[in-house]
Amino acid sequence: MSYRIEGATGEWEVVIGLEVHAQISTQAKLFSGAATAFGAEPNTQVSLVDAAMPGMLPVLNAECIRQAVRTGLAIDAQINKWSRFDRKNYFYADLPQGYQISQLYHPIVGEGAVEIVPDDKHPDRSKVIGVERIHVEQDAGKLMHDQHPTMSYVDLNRSGVALMEIVSKPDMTSPAEAGAYLAKLRSILRYVGSCDGNMDQGSMRADVNVSVRRAGEPLGTRTETKNVNSVRFVMATVEYEASRQVDVLEAGGKIVQETRLFDPDSGTTRSMRSKEDAHDYRYFPDPDLLPLVLTDEFVEECRASLPELPDAKRKRYEGALGLSAYNAGVLTADADTARWFEHLLTNSAQRQGKAEGDVAKAAANWLTSELFGALNKHGRSLSDSPISAEAGGELLALVGDGTISGSAAKQVLEKMLETGDAPGVIVEREGLTQTSDTGAIEAAVDAILAANADKVEQYRAGKEALFGFFVGQTMKAMQGKGNPQLVNQVLKAKL
Amino acid sequence: MSELTDLGIAAIRDGVAGGEFTATEVAGAFNSAVAEANPVLNAFIVTTPDHALAAAAKVDAARAAGEALGPLAGVPIGMKDLFATQGVQTTAASHILEGFVPQYESTVSQKLWDAGAGMLGKLNLDQFAMGSSNESSAFGRVISPWRATGETAPRTPGGSSGGSSAAVAARIAAAATGTDTGGSIRQPAAYTGISGIKPTYGRCSRWGIIAYASSLDQAGAMAHDVTDCAIMLGAMAGFDAKDSTSLDLPVPAWAAGLSDDLRGLKVGIPREYRIDGLNADVAKGWDDGIAWLKDAGAEIVDISLPHTKYALATYYIIAPAEASSNLARYDGVRYGLRDLPDGAGLQDMYAATRAAGFGDEVKRRILIGTYVLSAGYYDAYYTQAQKVRALISRDFEDAFKQVDVILTPTAPSAAFVLGQKSDDPLEMYLNDVFSVPASLAGLPSMSVPCGLDRQGLPLGLHLAGRPFDEQGVLNAGLAIERRAGFTAKPAKWW
Repeated sequence: MSYRIEGATGEWEVVIGLEVHAQISTQAKLFSGAATAFGAEPNTQVSLVDAAMPGMLPVLNAECIRQAVRTGLAIDAQINKWSRFDRKNYFYADLPQGYQISQLYHPIVGEGAVEIVPDDKHPDRSKVIGVERIHVEQDAGKLMHDQHPTMSYVDLNRSGVALMEIVSKPDMTSPAEAGAYLAKLRSILRYVGSCDGNMDQGSMRADVNVSVRRAGEPLGTRTETKNVNSVRFVMATVEYEASRQVDVLEAGGKIVQETRLFDPDSGTTRSMRSKEDAHDYRYFPDPDLLPLVLTDEFVEECRASLPELPDAKRKRYEGALGLSAYNAGVLTADADTARWFEHLLTNSAQRQGKAEGDVAKAAANWLTSELFGALNKHGRSLSDSPISAEAGGELLALVGDGTISGSAAKQVLEKMLETGDAPGVIVEREGLTQTSDTGAIEAAVDAILAANADKVEQYRAGKEALFGFFVGQTMKAMQGKGNPQLVNQVLKAKL
Repeated sequence: MSELTDLGIAAIRDGVAGGEFTATEVAGAFNSAVAEANPVLNAFIVTTPDHALAAAAKVDAARAAGEALGPLAGVPIGMKDLFATQGVQTTAASHILEGFVPQYESTVSQKLWDAGAGMLGKLNLDQFAMGSSNESSAFGRVISPWRATGETAPRTPGGSSGGSSAAVAARIAAAATGTDTGGSIRQPAAYTGISGIKPTYGRCSRWGIIAYASSLDQAGAMAHDVTDCAIMLGAMAGFDAKDSTSLDLPVPAWAAGLSDDLRGLKVGIPREYRIDGLNADVAKGWDDGIAWLKDAGAEIVDISLPHTKYALATYYIIAPAEASSNLARYDGVRYGLRDLPDGAGLQDMYAATRAAGFGDEVKRRILIGTYVLSAGYYDAYYTQAQKVRALISRDFEDAFKQVDVILTPTAPSAAFVLGQKSDDPLEMYLNDVFSVPASLAGLPSMSVPCGLDRQGLPLGLHLAGRPFDEQGVLNAGLAIERRAGFTAKPAKWW
């Protein structure tokens, strides 16, 4: 189903391209040894190079290049064995050198692709979004306007931090696709470990290019909305910008090629500067740096160091582990979730002496419906879960070997969240071990059947839906400790 | 102790090591000479007598303790004010950096201090090393110690390393550092009757040297003679991980390898440099040089460097382009001059600071550089210039298949009278016509004195060699030095 904007004069298509700036996860900056940690006191992570002192020279940090190459390989991109750094010249107080070292003419990574699932409800419908290039460049510093009544201060901690700019092709045609692309890209970067993906800390941000056109017509004039820092805001930007452009065009106006800003409070965009004010950046090769030449061995080392990536993992979860497409999608979307799930799976399988494939579904279901729900209720997420994967594995094993019932497991989980105790301890303390004592179950069933003679009659007359009622009543009478399979067996026999 | 200041690097080092005099005596003698001459010659922007004395005291103590002495132990030198020196004002002779005191020491200057040298002061230069006469300094022009016979008109010591050349020629520094982008070591050396060498691009670290044109800038040595140049350059050169364009090669023992036996050496004479109207004295000096090299056993070969006629135009696109970007950091935000008119915004501050801080020649080159990099002009100027630069390099590569070194004059004339060319930038730029091609190709090259012209002013000969072959250049220079018998010194008039 394609996204269309219903204008007063008919339907419009929207065309979207994203330029994603991702901070490379390294200890040191791109061209200096200064640290890169977020949240440090202003101007405490600044070297002589970052402050552009006279006579200082950039020296490339090899780790940044390794991460850029690994990222390129993770999206099946062309790795350019020969690339070069250029200077992008402009004056601003947060740019000490008066130029940003970037890669215009010869980026390190060429064309690649990212597969997205634009609609969660249709996990089988995917689309491939082309990536034009990835280049490596320096970040700028930060201006602080709220420190002094008449002056602005400059914090150079970010100055020189390494960024990857990942430029997509204009292949997206709806807010959902743009959102899915950014989320997928973030997922891949986090798997690779080349960027922490913390959008609220500015580690990842997107410039959103939007244009609209009538079906079949050439591309319209685009606007670029800068520094949008969440998946939701990217979708909102596309939505607002597309309908704004349609309004302008239908009113007989023209779209101006310009840079715009997104306002998260109002969900709108506003003009920042038009093309006429655009800088002439006077790009030219940085004479302080030699061309960057990569060996085949280096590229192969980067390739060998890649982890299993989300698409491959999702396919494996569906195939080898037999998970539903939905669960596979949820569990692989984030590297940390997948890692947590795999710990859980290994632990659960080991405790039960079974193959992972035999316990995977139960583990996936428990994680996606039980644990996620419970954590959510407590305002927590997997990253700060009080329950470890090992404890989860123990709980699953207790269910798996029949020690406790599924409903008792829910109670145990609640207690685990409250107390942080191990599930075995809780089961013991609360007396939640389920009973497989046929005599006790039969006694309970007899009592229920006797007390509900009318319903027994109705059931026998063909109202089979009442079976669940008898199960429920029996379990209730046994305080949830009856082995559900045995309860079923006994009920069937007695009815 | 005036005779101590007549000594060069080797003589001072050997005299100190042999106990003929102390390093402290040498430093004292030079400090006095500087104090006397500098108010007239203006070679130093700041003097640092304490630095020279402290370095000397260390050397004297080391000698007394029987420790090994460095290759420049006890030698007081001048430091071009383009090298960042920790705790000592570093200005590039520009008002925009007036009062700037670095917290760091350039790699090259540190290596010289490690070799036992001391600093007499920071030497004047053309502002940001842009100029050929030292008249673009914000701290006043340098007066050459040389005067034409029977004249008192002040002459240029050349540029941009004009403070360096004047100080060495006037014997108020035993040697000096220079930097060379298009001829800034070689042309001033030629104008003042001293020797100066610019090594292969990348030999000396650029870390801590205020950048003019990064792909061309190289530090080098300026000294009395070829031997001193070899000693000093040996102390300055070497790989530096802090400079990405630094050559990761061992530094040969140039001084130990010096020999004026040129048998088997082939010397190229490029026919394109025999330009119409070449100054007769310069032409004669060149012919003398050819004869001396033959005498030393070299074979003379006629060669062609067809693209060198475009070298000057190429240089004046590439160097300003890089400079326009390199000098963007002088913006009034973090250090140096800040001119903040009342109620000014950021753009006003930039404009006011840079208008007040940069001299005319610097502004001219920033404008040229900005222009040639602009959208719509980039390919016609910058890209084209890079292509021509590659062709010029190829000319040299082809020539070096036939010959080992190339001999030309260093400059088209002897030093001119100050002010004579300052109204005509193009005329000024022509001073570098012979030195610029080797800069564009990154070749080791040096100037050695060959005699005086009919006005009694020194002339220099220029030798360029294969990349990394400083030794070949130095040896040919030594052969000329020994045969030219150049002993002329400026008569002391200051």
